[in-house]
Amino acid sequence: MRGFSRRFGRFSASFTATEATVIADLVDQVRQLLAGRRAESGADPLARITGMNLAPSTQPRDPALVRLLPNFSADDPELSAALRTLREPDVIEMKDSAAVALLDSLPRGGGSVHLDEQVAQAWVSAINDVRLAIGVRLNITDDEYEGPSGLDPSGDEMAIFATYRWLSAVQDSLVSAMIG
Amino acid sequence: MTSSAPATEQATFTDADTQADPPWVAIVWNDPVNLMSYVTYVFQKLLGHPRLRAEKLMLDVHLKGRATVAVGTREAMEADVAKLQGAGLWATMARDK
Repeated sequence: MRGFSRRFGRFSASFTATEATVIADLVDQVRQLLAGRRAESGADPLARITGMNLAPSTQPRDPALVRLLPNFSADDPELSAALRTLREPDVIEMKDSAAVALLDSLPRGGGSVHLDEQVAQAWVSAINDVRLAIGVRLNITDDEYEGPSGLDPSGDEMAIFATYRWLSAVQDSLVSAMIG
Repeated sequence: MTSSAPATEQATFTDADTQADPPWVAIVWNDPVNLMSYVTYVFQKLLGHPRLRAEKLMLDVHLKGRATVAVGTREAMEADVAKLQGAGLWATMARDK
């Protein structure tokens, strides 16, 4: 990955097979997280009766989902519950569409991508969701975070952190190409 | 940080009770994962802020911990917050005070 560049109105980069697999796997994991949450709404009797697409009014249990689907109000639990029920399905749909657009445009065996503006927007959003989920798993809680502490550098968390940093560079290079 | 507050006191106040539909605001909170470049991009792309305004709001979020990024009706702020959350920003809404 040499970073994205803009050529003839498209955003181009190339990925090795390993890089493409890593991105696809992680984006797919976020899709599965979201699908698990969406499945909870099927249990709502009101949703079944009315056929409306309603989410549960309560926060997800998984902390990564809590970050991906935050409360709508910082200090009004009733407002948060009401808006989560109505709006969470839309938020999930935006994230899932971005993930699907990324997966559809990523050559699994590696190779180059040439994204138009709309697909590029999906890419930065979908990669961001992966980074948010990893950030929760690594417990990244402040701006000065510099990596897993007190761990064997060959450990799993260190590998995840390396992936996180690489995804940050991929996302930053695409954003820079888009706003540059 | 320099303050963006106006230098002069406002002479009159609008009585909130006389307003049929008091405005709501969309707020974005700082978080350690979102890239500064990405947050600026989202403010431009999803909220239509010009680049300099988007950069200022991003810095407000980064340095002050939060910034009000949009003002409008409750419906409009619901939609904006949903879009911002869809893009991965930590966004909430509140009644403007």
